Amino acid sequence: MRILPPVSIEARRLLPSRWDVLAAVLVLGFIVLFADASSTLVRPLSSLSQHRLSLDPINLPGYALLTSMRMLIALAFSLVFTLTYATWAAKSQRAGTLLVPLLDILQSVPILGFISITVVFFLSLSPGRIFGAELAAVFAIFTSQAWNMAFSFYQSLRTVPEELQEAGRMFGMNAWARFWRIEVPFGLPPLIWNMMMSMSGGWFFVTLSEAISVGHTTIALPGIGSYIAEAIVEKDLHAIFWAIGAMLVVILIYDQLLFRPLVAWADRFRFDNEDSEEYPESWVLDIIRRSTLMDRIAEPFHIFMRWTYRRSIPLRSGIVSAARAVPSRATDIVWGGFLILIGTYALWRIYSLLAGSLSWNDVFYALGLGAITMLRVTILIALASVVWTPIGVYVGMRPHLARIIQPVAQFLAAFPANLLFPLAVFIIVRLSLNPDIALSPLMVLGTQWYILFNVIAGASAIPRELRDAASNLQLKGWLWWRKVALPGVFPYYVTGAITASGGSWNASIVAEVASWGNQTARAHGLGAYIADATTAGDFHKIVLGIATMSFFVVVVNRLFWRPLYWFAERRYRLT
Amino acid sequence: MPDEILLDAHEVRRSFPKPGGGELLVLDGVELTLKQGEIVGLLGRSGSGKSTFLRLIAGLAQPQGGTLSYLGKKIEGPANGIAMVFQSFALFPWLTVLENVQLGLEALSIPQSEIRTRALAAIDLIGLDGYESAYPRELSGGMRQRVGFARAMVVHPNILLMDEPFSALDVLTAENLRTDFLELWGEKQLPIKGVILVTHNIEEAVLMCDRVLLFSTNPGRIAGEIKIDIPRPRDRTDPRFEHYVEQIYTEMTARQRALRADRGTGLDMLMTHVSPNLVSGLIEAVAASPYNGKADLPDIASDLQLEIDELFPVAEALQMLRLGELEGGDIKLTHMGKRFADGEMNERKEIFSRALMSHVPLAAHIRRVLDERTSHTAPKRRFVDELEDHMTEDAAEETLRTVVSWARFGELFSYDDESESFSLENPT
Repeated sequence: MRILPPVSIEARRLLPSRWDVLAAVLVLGFIVLFADASSTLVRPLSSLSQHRLSLDPINLPGYALLTSMRMLIALAFSLVFTLTYATWAAKSQRAGTLLVPLLDILQSVPILGFISITVVFFLSLSPGRIFGAELAAVFAIFTSQAWNMAFSFYQSLRTVPEELQEAGRMFGMNAWARFWRIEVPFGLPPLIWNMMMSMSGGWFFVTLSEAISVGHTTIALPGIGSYIAEAIVEKDLHAIFWAIGAMLVVILIYDQLLFRPLVAWADRFRFDNEDSEEYPESWVLDIIRRSTLMDRIAEPFHIFMRWTYRRSIPLRSGIVSAARAVPSRATDIVWGGFLILIGTYALWRIYSLLAGSLSWNDVFYALGLGAITMLRVTILIALASVVWTPIGVYVGMRPHLARIIQPVAQFLAAFPANLLFPLAVFIIVRLSLNPDIALSPLMVLGTQWYILFNVIAGASAIPRELRDAASNLQLKGWLWWRKVALPGVFPYYVTGAITASGGSWNASIVAEVASWGNQTARAHGLGAYIADATTAGDFHKIVLGIATMSFFVVVVNRLFWRPLYWFAERRYRLT
Repeated sequence: MPDEILLDAHEVRRSFPKPGGGELLVLDGVELTLKQGEIVGLLGRSGSGKSTFLRLIAGLAQPQGGTLSYLGKKIEGPANGIAMVFQSFALFPWLTVLENVQLGLEALSIPQSEIRTRALAAIDLIGLDGYESAYPRELSGGMRQRVGFARAMVVHPNILLMDEPFSALDVLTAENLRTDFLELWGEKQLPIKGVILVTHNIEEAVLMCDRVLLFSTNPGRIAGEIKIDIPRPRDRTDPRFEHYVEQIYTEMTARQRALRADRGTGLDMLMTHVSPNLVSGLIEAVAASPYNGKADLPDIASDLQLEIDELFPVAEALQMLRLGELEGGDIKLTHMGKRFADGEMNERKEIFSRALMSHVPLAAHIRRVLDERTSHTAPKRRFVDELEDHMTEDAAEETLRTVVSWARFGELFSYDDESESFSLENPT
């Protein structure tokens, strides 16, 4: 199975199209709109954490349950979003030209950005009650999960083999039936892999999404995330270890009860005919398959779905949709006019914000900080590459090792940076290190593993014959690395590095400011800027920070990663 | 020295550890001597260990017993002077034709200028002039294999190992490449002294080799040796050529019959998976004219475009089910085989099902167990355990897979892969 990077890699062009610009304007306008509303809305409730969280580990199972429920709900929302948004983008040419760049911008927006601008809105939905806060938390987790899933499914939909589609049409399936019986199964294996990745992302930001603190609004929802936050404030090292343990248990349970069965079940949908040596197995799935209970529960659902497949909606039938593919002029004009209208509105909102309270100096200052963070991301990704590429190649060539390493790396990818704050702050204070350097490794804490995952996958995909040929030619040492291993894993490495780089920008917000009790270590950078602006509740600075970060992420992706991706695909892809 | 011994293999044994302990023997007591100026063919079915043997010679793996020596020295790893051509070419897609060919020389300490001249010479020799800067993906299969040859040849190896080098090519391209190779070999233009060719194509072996070693399966052993005494260039329509092909077929079927006894007669009977469609197909082909019930294996193989790898297992399945008989390189339909050929689908299924009950003990056993049980179901595990008393885990898996596939065709019983259980009921 090929894993694609979670960013738009569609076009090989370097320069942004007008759709990219429009997408950027729309997202920014949306952010400004929310930020404006947030700063003017009466602050409904200053504190939801009347009863403080208890650090007694006896409460942890309950907290763990609440956290995992939130994640599950967010995952369900992400799935719904994926199945609708990605489908719309892939099916409608008109919508796709905007929706794909839009998704690309959305994935570049830091998670804290989404939280800080929407939390007041969510709280105002149900003033005085916990429900709004729960919504805000679920939404925060959703924003850390949804985008890569949507990209994955969109890319699958675009590559469904034409033969399968034609077979579906020949059997008279309508678009609805084709979607559920061809397109979703085809896109499922990579989607499930991305769900696992998303889950790790969700864990990484678990404190951010549960212990929300924007200006005067502070929320601490009961959960592992808030527990960690509280432990940091209280300087309780024992609690930190308890939290690590609880997280490990929850991740293991998720793996055994949800992901492993899913992976094993979805193996049947793999379309590549390569006969893998072993099939993923899951004891949970075996139990489900052997009992007839599940069949009985699922049966009414099957009957219902089959009934819907038979309803042929005339508009959706094959012939009509083929005719529909020719876009009508009138609809184009209406659609274009609508876009111009909301684009102009968004521009006006952005302008009034910029003109009102932000000076060019602020913008340059943010750009400068962005440059510092970019330097940090670049150096750390380079370092992580130097470390993990050789290790990944070594592991990937030894399947028995790969089987052990993969799950460990998966857990480490989910490990929240906050849990290392005590260690980081302790070292920095004790050795009086420069936080600008010493805090940097926290940025790649969770993201470096994507380089490892992908390089392992790449190394194990090098065909045995090619490796034999290399031995037969007696290629050894540096010559072997240069001519065989590095080129062989390069396309996979690029995918991993794109994922890691995007994730590191996002992680800079938690990584550039580390606190332990009353001690705080602060690095210079855009992440710290956004984190501080959020704590202060300065919405103008929040917007500026988010926009700057998106700008950097998108520009780096377009000017560096996308060309590199296509270069790797052209030159180094093993076919 | 015309009779210089290039390679000597003595009592070579190779086995793999089995997951449940013990070891799986894939090569046993293999002997081979390669002299200068010889092309030796290793002919056998897949699983006969001939490719494993080639990998041992190449130093890509180590034998567990016996000795392998190259020019009198023990082979302990990839050796200078032994080059290999691979089945699916094994070209590096990120290197151009020239770079791929040069790669063979870069590991040897040779000055860069000489690397280039020699690589260009090899490219020239093998007919790749003008393609130097092309990437492998831009080339057709035949051209790619030429690069494979050039890359192996550029190191001026004493021994060239070829692992089914023509089997991934279409018929026309393969013949073209074989002829070119033999021509260069005949004119002594190739910088190589001896060749070992692994193949499962009998005609290819007769066309190219001076000697052919026949490998038997489970474990791989050398079952016979045939010297091909026809001057080159050889003509496929030459009666002597046809005689050798016939002789190899006869020897190989005889070996398999002898082997049949080793494979057991009860539950310990090993089975190789063959699709029931192929069984029907072969029966129909043999029953039809011009064979009318009895066919010469080489003829029907070339007629059906089946290589021995594909034909033999099907022919053996026919024999196992007593629908056909193998004798002296011929296949003959039995009475039941003929009835099968004439029958409609339902009659065929019945004949097949009866053949399973009478001649495949495992199938009959499973059916009996299902009949006896009130639920008429039984888990797969039960039979796997029974089989593993007699054979390896992999062989048990393969045997069971075969029985499932045949029983489904004969509608003897059904199997549900999700619950891993056998049952008598047919899904509605």
